[in-house]
Amino acid sequence: MTSTEIPGTHTPDLLRLATAGSVDDGKSTLVGRLLYDTKSVLADTLDAVHRASVDKGLTTPDLSLLVDGLRSEREQGITIDVAYRYFATPRRSFVLADTPGHVQYTRNTVTGASTAQLAVLLVDARKGVLEQTRRHAAVLALLGVPRLVLAVNKIDLVGYDEGVFEAIATEFAAHATALGYPVGSVLSIPVSALVGDNVVDRSTNTAWYTGPTLLEHLETVPVEPDPHHVPFRFPVQHVIRTNTAEFTDYRGYAGQVAAGTVRVGDEVVALPAGVRTTVSRIDTPGGPLAEAEAGRSVTLVLADEIDISRGDLIAPAHDAPVAADEFGATLAWLSDKPLRPGSRVLVKHGARTVPAIVSELSARFDEQRLVSVPDPLSLELNEIGRVTVRTAEPLPVDDYAVNRRSGAFLVIDPADGSTLAAGLVGAGLPALRDQDSSTPEGDLVSPGP
Amino acid sequence: MTSTEATTEPATTGLTTTEPAAPTAMDALDRLESEAVHIFREVAGEFDRPVILFSGGKDSTVLLHLAVKAFWPAPVPFPLLHVDTGHNLDEVIEFRDRTVERHGLRLVVASVQDYIDDGRLQERPDGTRNPLQTTPLLDGITDNKFDAVFGGGRRDEERARAKERIFSLRNSFGQWDPRRQRPELWNLYNGRHRPGEHVRVFPLSNWTELDVWRYIKREAIELPSIYYAHRREVFQRDGMWLTSGPWFGPRDDEQVRELTVRYRTVGDGSCTGAVLSEASDIDSVIAEVSASRLTERGATRADDRLSEAAMEDRKREGYF
Repeated sequence: MTSTEIPGTHTPDLLRLATAGSVDDGKSTLVGRLLYDTKSVLADTLDAVHRASVDKGLTTPDLSLLVDGLRSEREQGITIDVAYRYFATPRRSFVLADTPGHVQYTRNTVTGASTAQLAVLLVDARKGVLEQTRRHAAVLALLGVPRLVLAVNKIDLVGYDEGVFEAIATEFAAHATALGYPVGSVLSIPVSALVGDNVVDRSTNTAWYTGPTLLEHLETVPVEPDPHHVPFRFPVQHVIRTNTAEFTDYRGYAGQVAAGTVRVGDEVVALPAGVRTTVSRIDTPGGPLAEAEAGRSVTLVLADEIDISRGDLIAPAHDAPVAADEFGATLAWLSDKPLRPGSRVLVKHGARTVPAIVSELSARFDEQRLVSVPDPLSLELNEIGRVTVRTAEPLPVDDYAVNRRSGAFLVIDPADGSTLAAGLVGAGLPALRDQDSSTPEGDLVSPGP
Repeated sequence: MTSTEATTEPATTGLTTTEPAAPTAMDALDRLESEAVHIFREVAGEFDRPVILFSGGKDSTVLLHLAVKAFWPAPVPFPLLHVDTGHNLDEVIEFRDRTVERHGLRLVVASVQDYIDDGRLQERPDGTRNPLQTTPLLDGITDNKFDAVFGGGRRDEERARAKERIFSLRNSFGQWDPRRQRPELWNLYNGRHRPGEHVRVFPLSNWTELDVWRYIKREAIELPSIYYAHRREVFQRDGMWLTSGPWFGPRDDEQVRELTVRYRTVGDGSCTGAVLSEASDIDSVIAEVSASRLTERGATRADDRLSEAAMEDRKREGYF
């Protein structure tokens, strides 16, 4: 690949991140500050913010106005829906999913977290780690976001007190460890989004803090590569057939590598048929590749003519998933209509959508106490529960904890087509994993306040 | 509504098959391209009658380039739809027709002029036709039973677009209800819709203007010549440089000058302005965009300046 960048800069990579926080933690201001200080805000946008700030009687620009997009949000001074923001430095391009904290927080956090490689959680330094903070962290852990940053905001309002910061950072680190985050995957940073301390520029007010600023960390944190031990998974999206002078009787299987790596010559199996063959070419319009890693959209040409169609999965012959028509899963319920055991739904997994029944609802995750409650009658909007899913056709699923792509599925309402839930194959959080042995009091997964 | 069928020839990118390339790490543009290709293929699998909105502008040209890559070496399995305001620059229409022919695609044109001629729409006093596009667009979608409509919209263009989904469900009036949007999880897109509804699909959602320009350079994508600096007769209105033309100006009090300009977007010539620029090739355009202190919409689109919520209102009405 040739370099396409402006002379003097190298090719940036991409980091997808999500933000989450409670009401009034100043998240919109923090995101506005990141955009403002990385010069991602252009003059006319800034002029509009300055005018609106003056209209509101403010003396300094309200940076949260940069990100509150819908009129009802600006009128109410709140953020309703997940918004996507873009900023870039010479080192990295960033796609930021800005998830609101209070209205339907699970729905929004799950949406933002599903694609995030890192999440920034905000707390108010005056309030410390709240229930809401622990719930957000639990949802981020459930969705498998590999890295967390705790931005301890409004540090100026506690007089830049190191002791306050350390106490919050220590408490949060213990909570993250309980949720399964290894040491080194969580970082706390003292910031003031309003003033700008340690967001982009290092603050002189926190001489006791020796770690990176938020942006420095975002620029340098390793983008979690798909671990090489994760087996190759390739949902077939589309069969490409053509017959031209250059491409005689061409038949290729188009898709995006969901996990692992595929190489020319690999022995693979097509599921659900179970037929084995070999990868003879990995095609792209720019020329064939010797191998393709997770995230790449390619077209596989196979050695044998076998019957493969959209929705099938190509996997290594020696490490293929078992196709199951009944599996345990965790659902984050995103609909106003509650889930009741026995509900008939559609499940979209990879490129396949099949009828299914949520046959059993065995536990609900109590986000207030961070425990699991057995045998709930229903699962309501924004609740997380442990279920058994029966599908009309077997699906080649992986455990979500092993693979975020091939372990994820949508639950869809067959009547109106709406998305009802985010589905994760397997048990998810420790509290849900241990549900069989849980007492009515449940298993505590958090040290708690 | 007219339809032109171009000669069919296989879509190719002009690149030939060589020995398998050694692996290189994906950069930001590779990831954006792969995401867009994935979206095109999902739509091909889940919808019966998709269509690509194609104006000949840079975003829709990049969109078409990505579609070609998604289905290569087979041709793009969708037709194109252009909502023609009748206020286009000749260079853009020429480019549009040439591009359609080169890829062997079918172009459906929904003409605002036709609607004005037969009385279904009335010319506005200010002569601006962007707000008139919604009706021909929705009729074009309904008449052709299109169920997925690809657009080149990007979330970085405007604040209301920042909350747009990649798959955006529209009711049978083409309306966007921000509160009825589906959560969009992982890369699992839900394209289910009821009869009469359709889904707008935005494969460039996560691209910025600079990404688009860098990609145009990397892929050597041809654009209409108006995107690069050229001499043009222009006049100033509302702080924008509009081009001279028989249908919208200049008025008697507006003085025409010949200046070196380029366009950052294509659109209705009565409200899409040129910017003063010496950027005559792709590298100087990228340098200019990198340094620019105005968003492309703020710089050049009068209709987005009308109110704080202008775009949000137009999206609710069924605009792109």
